[in-house]
Amino acid sequence: MRTTRRTFVRASLATSAAALLPISLRAQEGSPARRPIPSTREAVPIVGLGTWITFNVGGDAVLRDECAGVMAAFFQAGGRMIDSSPMYGSSQPVIGYGLQKLGRPSTLFSAEKVWTSSAAAGPAQIEQSRRFWGVPTFDLVQVHNLLAWKEHLKTLFQMKATGAVRYVGITTSEGRRHDLLEQIMRNEPIDFVQFSYNVVDRQAEARLLPLASERGIAVIVNRPFRQGALTQRLKSEPLPEWAAELGVSSWAQVILKFVLSHPAVTVAIPATTRVDHVRENLAAAGGPMPDLAMRKRISAYVQAL
Amino acid sequence: MSEWWTYRPEDFLLFSPRVYWRMFELHNAALWPLHVFALAAGLIIILLLAWRPRGYARWLALLLAILWIFVGWTFLWNRYADINWAAAYVAPAFVVEGVLFLVCGPLLDSLAFDRRGLAGCIGYFMLAFALAGQPLLAPLQGRGWASSEVFGIAPDPTAIATLGLLLLARGRSLLLLLPIPVLWCLLSGMTLQTMGEPQAWALHAALALAAIACLRTALRPSAHSG
Repeated sequence: MRTTRRTFVRASLATSAAALLPISLRAQEGSPARRPIPSTREAVPIVGLGTWITFNVGGDAVLRDECAGVMAAFFQAGGRMIDSSPMYGSSQPVIGYGLQKLGRPSTLFSAEKVWTSSAAAGPAQIEQSRRFWGVPTFDLVQVHNLLAWKEHLKTLFQMKATGAVRYVGITTSEGRRHDLLEQIMRNEPIDFVQFSYNVVDRQAEARLLPLASERGIAVIVNRPFRQGALTQRLKSEPLPEWAAELGVSSWAQVILKFVLSHPAVTVAIPATTRVDHVRENLAAAGGPMPDLAMRKRISAYVQAL
Repeated sequence: MSEWWTYRPEDFLLFSPRVYWRMFELHNAALWPLHVFALAAGLIIILLLAWRPRGYARWLALLLAILWIFVGWTFLWNRYADINWAAAYVAPAFVVEGVLFLVCGPLLDSLAFDRRGLAGCIGYFMLAFALAGQPLLAPLQGRGWASSEVFGIAPDPTAIATLGLLLLARGRSLLLLLPIPVLWCLLSGMTLQTMGEPQAWALHAALALAAIACLRTALRPSAHSG
């Protein structure tokens, strides 16, 4: 099912009502647009930074510095949310290195995950992750790929109650296990849900995005560029004339704006190793956003290629 | 892992090709000039095979044992596991292979590297490729010498050379010694293929040649000589 005018408007209204605030997609000059996290109304910039593959550089000093450079550009452009996982190899210590080098920016919104089949090992893993990052607490901890989700959610809700974490979430990717995810979204008091959504992979529009709006759950979108495959595919295509209406300079910005323009989306977390790309991504969080007609146009154009 | 059928090899690739090849550059820089000793070990293996002095199989197995444990420890455990957590589980397998060579060679003397015929030819070819051909792949693909994979330092040429040597070998212990190099070639070949690296073919070809040699040997046991 694709987004229709009705579902789009319904999701917009539900999101607005949840936050008791109008959705403002127009950024203040020099800063990316923000959206409220429904459970607290805390506003966060709508573009974050993913670290899957891109920050897994091991002990390579040159590449660690490059990652720190990406983080510096991200914070400089007004970004806040950085997302990682124990599954991402050395990404966590690399983030920790970058944060230390940048003097631990106070604007950081730290989003981590717990990823172990053992419920008992969850707290120790979260603590290890926290040490890697070098932060006092995480803003958000999510259950990675629904692994041992019942047990870990119990732990995370306890941590939230004691102030050891501010938000609790759950994740999946590439369209897997949406039925279970929907069930959890209906029955558990989670603050965030994370899944894949992009101009080609639009299954989430059918149930997950409207449900997130209804239930007041913030949505983090992973793989907005389909892990680089979409930007690679569009690399040789000239931007169509109508793209000028969006104030974009690249296909990456067009397809990121497609994701960000869904009213139920709170943050998209594209991953990159390049400073110019992170700036380009944050820039996509400002300026005009596609309306429903433009979203259809973008989708039709990309699908036809 | 639920819905396992929806996963593709790229879902398990945690790093980029750039990070992967830079890892070899750093590894080579950290271990230099041990490459000279590793290549010398390769040369000694060839000389032992050519002259077959008394007890040569034990010495040969001892050299392989040392190199497998060394590669498992220095590369897989200390370096590769940084970017691929699965390598931490594979590193012990390299140590196991080393221990198996110690047991089958110096301790039990249950190996003889004297097979001829097609299997022997393929074995020598793979050994030669691992020692002299594999290090050339990096510069040939435009990555420069710094990221070359050298026998006894990097796992791929070590595994290919070992497969080649095992094709030359006889004895029941082959059943114990073959699986780990075969599985490594399979794993590493899949990793390189998923990264879109052309040199995946080297590992696929090594496995195909080893399979052909084993099949030929199994079908024509009388063709063995030694």
